[in-house]
Amino acid sequence: MINASLKQLGDTLRAKKISSVELTQLYLDRIAALNPGLNAFITVRPEISLAQASEADIRIAAGKADTLTGIPIAQKDIFCAKNWRTTCGSKMLENFVSPYDAHIIGQFNRAGAVNLGKTNMDEFAMGSSNETSYFGPVKNPWDRNAVPGGSSGGSACAVAARLCAAATGTDTGGSIRQPAALCGLSGLKPTYGVCSRYGMIAFASSLDQAGPMGRSAEDIALLLNVMAGFDERDSTSLQREKEDYARDLAKPLNGLRIGLPKEFFAEGLSGDVAQAVEVAIAGYKKLGATVVEITLPNSSLSVPVYYVLAPAEASSNLSRFDGVRYGYRTPEYSDLADMYEKSRAQGFGTEVKRRIMIGTYVLSHGYYDAYYLKAQKIRRLIAQDFTEAFKQCDVIMGPTSPSTAFKLGEKGDDPVQMYLSDIYTIAVNLAGLPGMSIPCGFGANDMPVGLQIIGNYFDEARMLNVAHQYQLATDWHSRSPQGI
Amino acid sequence: MPINNTDVQKVARLARLAMNQTEIETARSQLSGIFTLIAEMQAVDTANIAPMSHAQDVSQRLREDIVTESDQRELFQAIAPQVEQGLYLVPQVIE
Repeated sequence: MINASLKQLGDTLRAKKISSVELTQLYLDRIAALNPGLNAFITVRPEISLAQASEADIRIAAGKADTLTGIPIAQKDIFCAKNWRTTCGSKMLENFVSPYDAHIIGQFNRAGAVNLGKTNMDEFAMGSSNETSYFGPVKNPWDRNAVPGGSSGGSACAVAARLCAAATGTDTGGSIRQPAALCGLSGLKPTYGVCSRYGMIAFASSLDQAGPMGRSAEDIALLLNVMAGFDERDSTSLQREKEDYARDLAKPLNGLRIGLPKEFFAEGLSGDVAQAVEVAIAGYKKLGATVVEITLPNSSLSVPVYYVLAPAEASSNLSRFDGVRYGYRTPEYSDLADMYEKSRAQGFGTEVKRRIMIGTYVLSHGYYDAYYLKAQKIRRLIAQDFTEAFKQCDVIMGPTSPSTAFKLGEKGDDPVQMYLSDIYTIAVNLAGLPGMSIPCGFGANDMPVGLQIIGNYFDEARMLNVAHQYQLATDWHSRSPQGI
Repeated sequence: MPINNTDVQKVARLARLAMNQTEIETARSQLSGIFTLIAEMQAVDTANIAPMSHAQDVSQRLREDIVTESDQRELFQAIAPQVEQGLYLVPQVIE
């Protein structure tokens, strides 16, 4: 059961060979046994999950099941879920019980899926290793001394350790794709605007996107079908015709043109990752694709541009956390300013405060033009590079992460070291393009390597097809960590 | 762009973050490192480039100016640190 695809699980449930309550209990038992050693989940509410499962069973019995009805899905703790504690990995929201559902949560509820619990994450989605969470770091199931990646580290760990059928994540600078790569999963960040951000705790509003994480392209296509769609409560949500993202999975890849950016295969890329990716590209050629070298000349500026824009937007978004209406309030204060300053200093962790500081600085009088506006302009150049590149190719590929999973604590006290690990994923968020990572082999120390697939705007169905065909010809995505 | 402790103190005030002297010094040195990273941007000529804030060429969606939300004050205030008679309580602001 734990290695079944979502389609197989759905079929099994609808054939009544297993009930949703039994399936949910199976995962809850696994979580009870394995989560203490992995710390993938922050909140588990068996009674709520099982109640949802019961309702799903009734719906299945009535013949009204949809694709995901009865299937237990883990939710990143960034999505507000009514009556669920929603912490965003922070002390600031340690006791915040959400009074409403995020749009994404509502979509899963309407589909009849079961909320299996809230997964651990870097605090306020700021991090690439899941080491900044107030609730402790998440361990990589492939090596418990290694990071799972971040910020959706808990979701990635939960899927890899088979603690759920699939999970949701969010991606602002790579936070779905990089943990997917480091944990051997498939994860997708859709085109900006495809998934509603209503109820998704905001980090950087022009970059944040929700997306699916699972063990195969086929699985995440089914999740994306439930997650995507217009929501009038999100002013950046796009009104488009409904799509079936699984519609093109079976298409052969003959004639597919794959662009390989020379900047993604240069200095900084670990040899073992480069090798696994090269073998994967050779595999694609065997499936009928051709390869063309492309260039993204401004991509080297992605990291500096991102570390101006994202903190700037974060400093604005996190100003709402002031201890007045919800969240942490410091127990002792002399006046209002003192209450604000202490609540925020005590409620936020180091990385969050660092980014708020950067953001406040780059938006302040005298620096706005030189930093924020400048970064916005370079952002356009970066987006234009991709538009140019897509004239010569259908999809772009490269490594997702410059190395396999590093050890917990390895990146130490130098934030810049951590920031540089986002080097291949960030440009995709800046341009608003869809990006995916799928497993393509193993590197040093037998740790998973991820292949990144970048598509043109709204080309998710083709990207999923490209991923699925590779997964029919290989089995990297079906491997599981030892002891799982 | 070198940053000194006074700059850090000003920014901390703007961001409403309490910081002691040790924290200010640590912040200063880490922020300096980050500003060295972002200084790379200055090398690029962006003279005739328009800033980009959204991937798609869309403008703000508008809607009819009618009430669509219901009063859920009790629900929302149930999780507040301190409320009284429907008001959020904070230390006195006006003398």
